[in-house]
Amino acid sequence: MVLDSGDTAFILICTALVMLMTPGVGLFYGGLVRRKNLISMFALSFVAFAVVSIQWVLFGYSLAFGPDIGGVIGGLDHAMLAGVGFDGDGIPDLLFMAFQMVFAAVTLAIITSAVAERIKLSSFIVFGFLWTTLVYDPLAHWIWGGGWASALGILDFAGGIVVHISAGWGALALALVIGKRAGFGQYGMEPHNIPMTLLGGALLWFGWFGFNAGSALAADGIAANALVVTNTAAAAGALAWMGASWINGKPSSIGMISGAIAGLGAITPAAGFVDPASAVIIGVVSGLICYYALLWRLSRNLDESLDAWAIHGVGGLWGTLALGIFAVAGIGGVAGVITGSPAQFGLQLIGAAAALGYAFAVTWICAKAVDLTLGLRVSEDEEYVGLDISQHGESINA
Amino acid sequence: MKKVEAIIRPEKLEQVKKALAEKGLFAMTVTEVRGRGAQKGICLQFRGKKIEVDLIPKVKIEMVVPDAAVDTIIEIVRAEARTGKNGDGKIFVWTIEMVAGVRTDEIMTE
Repeated sequence: MVLDSGDTAFILICTALVMLMTPGVGLFYGGLVRRKNLISMFALSFVAFAVVSIQWVLFGYSLAFGPDIGGVIGGLDHAMLAGVGFDGDGIPDLLFMAFQMVFAAVTLAIITSAVAERIKLSSFIVFGFLWTTLVYDPLAHWIWGGGWASALGILDFAGGIVVHISAGWGALALALVIGKRAGFGQYGMEPHNIPMTLLGGALLWFGWFGFNAGSALAADGIAANALVVTNTAAAAGALAWMGASWINGKPSSIGMISGAIAGLGAITPAAGFVDPASAVIIGVVSGLICYYALLWRLSRNLDESLDAWAIHGVGGLWGTLALGIFAVAGIGGVAGVITGSPAQFGLQLIGAAAALGYAFAVTWICAKAVDLTLGLRVSEDEEYVGLDISQHGESINA
Repeated sequence: MKKVEAIIRPEKLEQVKKALAEKGLFAMTVTEVRGRGAQKGICLQFRGKKIEVDLIPKVKIEMVVPDAAVDTIIEIVRAEARTGKNGDGKIFVWTIEMVAGVRTDEIMTE
């Protein structure tokens, strides 16, 4: 098929927008940790971006989007980007590769939530390489690369399963392996810089337009629909979480921006299939269930420190199922439960459950393997003085 | 009248403050400080390479109280801020000559 210059220009810009989400995650998380770990937290996102960028070129893209092998993984035909060139279906294959790369990178950045303030940098690099190879690439292949899930008809417009369920439930497994931060539950670990978290949230919200609208892979009506429902769900999520936390006390700005991210995570799989009215419901429900998931996590004394599980894991799961409820045939060609077709909901349930189980189990194995060989955690002293000094030899106090 | 100056781990501040309040000891000034003791901070050992962290973040609590309250404060700070490891802090006590109010003309000399 011939290249379309409009589509190509649009996806080039969307790729850059999605790239900005990775440092956005760094800022979002950086503001939530204690001052002694800010540089570490922010740097982990850049490290994730760099590790995945290289892995993707070496063989990651090929594992995800190479010729299908048994429905579970792609072949190595495109290793070192062999055969990935200027031609393509509407946009150059090279650009499609780059657009997919920035998704893989931000997913690894999201999972750093689980290891905040206690991960050994060298071990994270090894873990990140393993995780993106063994968890992200297969999941991307199942859903987007011609694997078994796409053959069944399981849908994920922009990454509710591939990005959010995998990162969120992976983070939960990773947090269980690495263990709690020293002093967690004994004394407060309040966020040290809330405006920084809000700025990170702003970059995420902004970048998400490229994430979801760009996933149409064309500058068309579906892209416009995705952009509108994305913003609508983010706004609904922000207000819902803020309202819920208002009832229990003050309406915190962190709660508001967390609700926006919850709405964004939930609309991601559904953005090309639902209308703006449904996006309001998806966003509100996501803001509420993610808020209660966070409260549950705290009540269980679980140190999945920055809530990738509660926000991305639970929000992404809800959005993946919501696609099966609210999809309208006139938008993405698929009908949901409300418009009279319950079959899609069943498919979504299968896809979500399989991805959740796979991400949790394989993340746990990767984390355990790194922990037993290299050790995931820094020493007690290193954790006490903070990762900025112990891992980077830098400090914001200097 | 005495001034009690306790330098403790920052993460123990809330606990200490709460325990002091339970004994009716509210008035205090708290400062974030950095410092070191006889151990010269913490030395992190990497393969062949050492990183010295010589100034560790702490908080300083200052309270001016009647002589009789000093022992109570020391007792509370020890009970709440002790971990048993190097770096738990120190408490300094000295005599105050006079306290003058700003809002009122109150003068206290003992």
